[in-house]
Amino acid sequence: MPDSPLLTAAAVAVIALAIAAVVAVGLKVLRSFRELGTDAERATYKTLHAASRAGQHLRTGLNPAGAAKASKQLRSLLGCDALAITDTTGVLAWDGAGEELKPALMGLAAKVLDGGHLAVIPAGELQLQAAGGGGRTLAPEVERAVVIAPIKAGNRVVGVVAAFAPAAGAGLVRATGEVADWVATQVELAELDASRTLLMEAEVRALRAQISPHFIYNSLNAIASFINTDPVRARELVVEFADFTRYSFRRHGDFTTLAEELRCIDRYLLLERARFGDRVQVSLRIAPEVLSTVIPFLSLQPLVENAVRHGLEAKEGPGHISITANDSGAFAEVTIEDDGVGIDPDQLRSVLAGHSDGEHVGLRNVDARLRQVYGDDNGLVIETAPGEGTLITMRVPKSQPRHDA
Amino acid sequence: MNPVVGVAAFAAVSLATAVIGFYGLRVSRTTGDFYVASRTVKPWWNASAIGGEYLSAASFLGVAGLILLSGTDALWYPVGYTAGYLMLLLFVAAPLRRSGAYTIPDFTEARLDSRSVRRVTSLVVVLVGWLYIVPQLHGAALAIRITTGLPAWVGPVAVVGVVCITVVAGGMRSITFVQAFQYWLKLTALAVPIVFLLFVLGGGESAAAESPSSSTANPTALAPAGPYQIISLLVALLFGTLGLPHVLVRFYTNPDGQSARRTTLIVLGLLSVFYLFPTAYGMLGRVFAPDLARSGQADALVLLLPGRMIGGMAGDLLTALVVAGAFAAFLSTTSGLVVSLAGVISQDVFGGSVRGFRLAALISAIVPLGIASMTGSVGLAGSVGLVFAFTASTICPVLLLGIWWRGLTDAGAIIGMVTGGVLCGSAMVAGSVLGAAQTPSWLAQPAAWTVPAAFAVTVLVSRATRGRVPRTMTRLMTRLHTPERPLATER
Repeated sequence: MPDSPLLTAAAVAVIALAIAAVVAVGLKVLRSFRELGTDAERATYKTLHAASRAGQHLRTGLNPAGAAKASKQLRSLLGCDALAITDTTGVLAWDGAGEELKPALMGLAAKVLDGGHLAVIPAGELQLQAAGGGGRTLAPEVERAVVIAPIKAGNRVVGVVAAFAPAAGAGLVRATGEVADWVATQVELAELDASRTLLMEAEVRALRAQISPHFIYNSLNAIASFINTDPVRARELVVEFADFTRYSFRRHGDFTTLAEELRCIDRYLLLERARFGDRVQVSLRIAPEVLSTVIPFLSLQPLVENAVRHGLEAKEGPGHISITANDSGAFAEVTIEDDGVGIDPDQLRSVLAGHSDGEHVGLRNVDARLRQVYGDDNGLVIETAPGEGTLITMRVPKSQPRHDA
Repeated sequence: MNPVVGVAAFAAVSLATAVIGFYGLRVSRTTGDFYVASRTVKPWWNASAIGGEYLSAASFLGVAGLILLSGTDALWYPVGYTAGYLMLLLFVAAPLRRSGAYTIPDFTEARLDSRSVRRVTSLVVVLVGWLYIVPQLHGAALAIRITTGLPAWVGPVAVVGVVCITVVAGGMRSITFVQAFQYWLKLTALAVPIVFLLFVLGGGESAAAESPSSSTANPTALAPAGPYQIISLLVALLFGTLGLPHVLVRFYTNPDGQSARRTTLIVLGLLSVFYLFPTAYGMLGRVFAPDLARSGQADALVLLLPGRMIGGMAGDLLTALVVAGAFAAFLSTTSGLVVSLAGVISQDVFGGSVRGFRLAALISAIVPLGIASMTGSVGLAGSVGLVFAFTASTICPVLLLGIWWRGLTDAGAIIGMVTGGVLCGSAMVAGSVLGAAQTPSWLAQPAAWTVPAAFAVTVLVSRATRGRVPRTMTRLMTRLHTPERPLATER
């Protein structure tokens, strides 16, 4: 197939990739030749660099994968033959020579884990203690001194750092103690991270919207008014009410699909219409492609409720609400617009910022949850002015493999 | 031929596309319609949309042209183009839908928990999309040149212009309906003329339909394809379908894995019906228009045959219908690819903003226009077949192993994709440097060795980097392979 366009295109692509590769390698080589300062500066840099690299690996806490990578950096920092990190139950990582000592290490570290004090085992005594703990004798060539320093997070000992060297000088002992303290700081940071994640999850759960008590009260009253005049309608409304509550009281999952949420809104509007009659007009334009998009549970219903309650209730004559959902690239875009009384932007700003508990707490709740789940760029966008109605836009990424509807 | 016919057909298709795109959404004003408006797309609709997006210039024009050139050997193309969906049905459709991912990069990132895998996948997806758009634009150039006599560049520019305007102005708001419409338009555009042609043949009244002589039954002296070429082609088409970005995003429209499977099954049926017609054109062409093969215009067979065999007003109308179908093919495939590429580019480069999406749409349409204008077309079905080979050697191994093998790692995925891409890419380049006559068949049809190589490298590197299996793997695999919980509000 001569001169096929695809082949030419592929050729262009391959050449472009090759050029990119050459440039990347060239830059790297150039950088390695650059002047890097005095010996002291370089040593400082090397130490800080090793520490920060090790720190990244320890940010997920004391686990085998992170500890294995961190122990390489830490061993080069201490300049010892071998370095081991343990937690309270077993050896997490061993870097360097003498791995046959590994089974004995937990025995050696038991005292440190209990007492929380640094221990130094001089070169002569290692064989004896290891033999006592592990029940084996060691070959003379693995004879080493060991410095074992505790990792103390808070006031608990969560593990030890053990450095193996031919002799345990004062320098090594002090440095090992410092390294263990530094590891402890990282572990504490990791625990802080973990508790922050837990806190965020708890916050999302606490924010999970509840249907408003006013709505239940108003709906039941509206239904009651139909029982004598139009029993058939009253019965239908009770069934709708039951379906609505079943959806909003469900226990499982913090997410739902746009389609399910729209059905919930449908029931909600049926009930509101029992009260308001034809004063509430609704139009809907939905792109079917986005119906299966995952959204936070009860994130649209409060927006529609806000439009009914604060947009139309206060207004005279009929009010119109339009709901649209559009396909927008990798996002689904949902808008809810009403032609009601609008909101004072300053008041809205202070409600959204959490400074005042006004009428629009439902909006703040949804906004906070969206920001929590999808990041600060994906909060609600609200366009409004007094007397001009309100337009609320919500953008949600279509791809959410981590969230189950 | 009357040049007005081509221009009018193109204008009508573009207008219909834009109108359906802008106003095709169901609008409801009463509560009774609420359920209708918020009902998810039925598998029938979505299958039509997938068919509309999938049937490109290669299927509409290329298959008939190839049958004209090489006879029954070319039948492997429609077989492969259709059978790819069997693979999709068996191995990919339902798990991919359950993953909740929208694009292929989304899927690989979630499965392997790695940003670098996402970047490499995005790069490959964009490359595949561009390579796939180029033959569509070549088809447009051919159609414009043949039917209107205008310079060839008008076709691609017009197609890219229409696609850009509709996508950027938000005209793809109801993309499912647009694409479903395009499928049925393409089917009609091929089916109606062929019925007339057969009718004319049966009646024996046409001036053009002189009795065929046996010497014209094989217009070219192409050697028949060997078993290696056939196997290689089938590997490319079967596995290539699994990685097409614009087809896979359509499955997101299905509400769950089960309906994704049903959709795929219907697509299989729709494609099988469709490919009967290009085959019929090809066979008729071998008898009644063998000169097209000799003059190197085989791909124009579908456009020219109705006008040749039925003259006058009826011939013009049928030609207009076929031209409309051809432009539906260029527009639907190009717009589908542009929308899905723009989604990938805007997310990875522009951070997912609305303006970024528009800019990305322009980039994803204009780059292939540049490539298309610098190159000439040789065989639409063949060029698209090579894109399938590229997809099969890059995206397909990662997708299949990601769904069905717990041991896949990010390093394995990246090195596998790069290996497959480099092998297949260099085979394509070597083929173009050597020219068709000198290219050995293992270079002209590389899929039979590049696809196994990509699979092998992916598996071996993953085994070697066993420690990198992501911790989220078990949870995600469970999600991919267990049926969904029934929705609470389902009735």
